[in-house]
Order: sequence, then structure tokens, then C-alpha cells
Amino acid sequence: MLRGRPMAAIALRYFYLLRGSPARVVPLFAWVCIDIVLWGFMSRYLNSVAAAGFNFIPALLGAVLLWDFLIRIMQGVTMAFMEDVWSRNFLNVFASPLSVSEYLGGLVLSSIATSAVGLLVMLLLATTVFGLSFFAYGVALAQFLLTLFLFGIALGVFACAVVLRLGPAAEWFIWPIPALISPFAGVFYPLSTLPGWMRLFSHLLPPAYVFEGVRRVVSGGAVSTAALTWAASLAGIYLVLACWFFARVYRHAVRTGLIARYSAESLS
Amino acid sequence: MASANESGPAPESPTAKILAVTELCKCYGETVAVDRITFQVGRGEIVGLLGPNGAGKTSTINMILGVLAPDSGSIRIEGLDLAAHRSRALERTNFAAVYAPLPGNLTVSQNLRIFGLIYGVEDLTERIAASLEQFDLVRFRDVRCGALSSGEQTRVSLAKAMLNSPRLLLLDEPTASLDPAAARDIRAGIRESATQGGRGVLWTSHNMYEAEAVCDRVLFLFRGKILLEGGPQALLEEHGMATLEELFIAVAREPLTLEGR
Repeated sequence: MLRGRPMAAIALRYFYLLRGSPARVVPLFAWVCIDIVLWGFMSRYLNSVAAAGFNFIPALLGAVLLWDFLIRIMQGVTMAFMEDVWSRNFLNVFASPLSVSEYLGGLVLSSIATSAVGLLVMLLLATTVFGLSFFAYGVALAQFLLTLFLFGIALGVFACAVVLRLGPAAEWFIWPIPALISPFAGVFYPLSTLPGWMRLFSHLLPPAYVFEGVRRVVSGGAVSTAALTWAASLAGIYLVLACWFFARVYRHAVRTGLIARYSAESLS
Repeated sequence: MASANESGPAPESPTAKILAVTELCKCYGETVAVDRITFQVGRGEIVGLLGPNGAGKTSTINMILGVLAPDSGSIRIEGLDLAAHRSRALERTNFAAVYAPLPGNLTVSQNLRIFGLIYGVEDLTERIAASLEQFDLVRFRDVRCGALSSGEQTRVSLAKAMLNSPRLLLLDEPTASLDPAAARDIRAGIRESATQGGRGVLWTSHNMYEAEAVCDRVLFLFRGKILLEGGPQALLEEHGMATLEELFIAVAREPLTLEGR
């Protein structure tokens, strides 16, 4: 059974850190603002030079906003985890009654809070300055957000497991993960643009279904409910696999003694 | 950390030991860190875990804290098998160690609140206030732990260790960074809490005078094995030594001569 208070403790820890540190607060919205401004003007420019009838604001700017939402979700989990790495807090946390699932639950709560800030700022900017309306996506928006949320959490938990297994220096492996995925996810272009072998990978990525759905809605077509349900299910499967991987890495760390001597990075 | 799915009643009884370690064993590759040790800690008892560097003290404590899995053997805390009921066993346990300071980027009261929530402490605000008072930390409550002196950080770690009124308290060199006056006060406080609160304490230290003054019983570890076990005075008389420090040096230099006794 998951207990609320220990999970709240992990989220509260991150809130305390944010409250006392502008260096942690500013990145919650600064980079996404830059992205929205950059792609907002890019979309306007494309609207002015492309054939009339197609609106790049919901197609391109909307996709960038959704992609940034996924990145914020993932980084929300990993940043909360990295705070324990940077402050060498593993022994205090892992020698407590906290369970693995409660710890991960606390990281997810932290991520929900921080990514909500980023999403609100992006929406405000994209709506007021560039006239993006999420209502254009209709009810499919809820499925888009759910799928990206689940996949973002899965990526975050997977990244935490990688750092737990390989040591603090492995954080440089995890920050570029979204950039590695983005060409296959078709954030900026239809999947039909990709060569066949890349499309094979795309079909394994839940965000690819979301961005195909976004383009279909914008061009006036109907979103395939079956495709979006499959995407959300796939994201759910990845989340379960990521939690399983984290638990397995954790058990390895307890068996080898790595948790207690984490700064050593490896005991071999 | 523990599996979230734990159930079953805590098999407590008034006569049960707070901590029962049985045939505990841990190897790192070919190196035997802990070699089938068995010991107990009773209610109101302070047990000293002594031995030279690399004797297996910290590995033993890490296994009792659940951050290191034993290769074999069992650990029971108030009758609860740590392997099967980890969360519930660790709710009754806490620890302080010089190598595990609380996060330096959080204030003293923030750290205590977070760990109080994790340990499920009731009436947390009152408990935090009492702990700050007990460990003379009131004036530091809004100071980040990283800005404190090492002695003050040690007191914060001890405040966190006592926050949940643990039945089993593990202390790894708890007074190493404290000045003599503060160390004496801390020793007296822990002694009192063990006696009056019925708490069991497992205490490691390289300060033999401290061990002699505080511990009801000491265990001498050498290369993962318990070489000697007993009350400090009884051990000194048995081995014809004047101080525990002499005995410690003898254990570290000539363990084989003592092993057979």
C-alpha cells in the first residue's frame, strides 16, 4: 500500500529547494518560453509564405508546446532524483521506511507540480502572443496530454535507474534522451517523411501517435481513437517496464552495497 | 527502501529483544566482510560495536539499515524480520552516522520535517520543536545544514535519529565531531533515553573511553568475526587489561591469541 505522507515528503523536499533557489525556479519556465517565442515566430513566418489554408500555429507551435511538456515531465522526475544524488542523501533516504514505489511516487508528484508551472507559462504565452487555441484539438487533447505524461514519467524513471546504476557522472547520458527520441517521434514533420527503418522505431514511440494526431486534427481529419488508445497503453507499458527496471537496479545496488557507497560510482 | 506491500502482525512480546542478528554473512567477491556473526541488543541496552578499520562494523550497520543485503543470516527488529517486513521494521529504527549528513541545501527544520514525514512521526511540529530544544538547535532552525559546523551537523543528524522515538537506534561514531562537553551531554542524553525509553542502541566508536563509559556490553569485531563479547569491566578482568583501549589494541594486533580464550 502506498502511503501519502512519505510521498508528500519527497515532493515537499523539492518545494523547499525551489522556494529557496531562483536558480531552480527560472529553468522551470525560461527554456520553454524561449522555445515558444522561437517557434511562434517561425510558425507565423511559415503562415506568411506557405499556401493559404494551412495554419502552422496549432500544427507546429502546438507540437512544440506538447513536446516541451513531455520534456518537463521527464526532467521533473530526474531533477528531483538528482537532488538526492547531488546532496549525497541516498543513505538517509534509502535507510528509511520509504518504499521504492513511494519514493518514485514522490518524484512523480514533484514532476507534476513543476511541469504544471511550465505548461501554464507555455499556454499563457502561446495563447496571448501567438493566438494558439488548445480548443482546436478538441477532446483528443486529453489523450495527447495523458500519453505524453505517462511516457515522460517512464523516461524519467528510466533515466533515474541509469544514474543509480552507473553513478552520478551518468547524468550526462540522460539529459539528451528527448533529443535522441525527437527525430523518431515526428514532432515537426509527418512520419511519412522518414525512411522505413526509422518509421519502425517511430511505431514503438507513443509521442509519434500524438504528433500524427495533432497534424490530423489541424488538417481537419478525425483522430483515430484506436491509435491514441494504443499510444496511451504503450506509454503505460513503458512506465511499468521503467519502474521494474528501477526496482531491479535498486536491488542490485542493495546487494552490492552501492547504495551505501554511491559516491564510489562502482564497486568493481 | 522496502516493498510497499507488507502485511501481517508485528510479533512483539515484552521479552523480545529489540535487535536479533543471527548468522549474518556478507562477502564482497572473495573478501569476507561479515562472517556469520550473531548478537542481540536488548531493551534499554547500549551495545558497543568495536573493532579496527575494515572489521565489518559499517557493513553490519548497513545491513541492519536495509541498504546492504546480507548473503545469508537474518535480522529481526522487535521480532520483525527485516527481509520480509522492511518498512515496518525501519519505522522503529533510526540512525546517525558521520558519513551521512543531512542535505546541506535545506534548513534544519526543513530536514526534520521531511524525515519526520518519511518516518510517519505523529504531532510532527511539536516533535520538531522538542528535538530542536533537546539538541540545542533552536537558534539554527532556519539555517541551512551546509552552513553549520561539523559538530552542529552531527547534532542535527542526532535530532533526526531521535525524531521518531526509535526502538532501535544505530549510531556510527556519533560523537566524532563533537567537542568534549557536547559529546558528554549527547552520551548522557542517549544513556538516559535508552534506560528510560527502553530503547536499544548499537553504538560504534573508536573512542574506547567513551565505549567504556556508555556501553553495557561491547562486541569486538575483527575481520568480520566477533572475537570478544561481554560487559566492559568483565572483559577487562577476564583479559587482564587496565583499559578498553589496551584490549582494543591487543585485538587489532594479536587477534589469534584472543580468539581461543
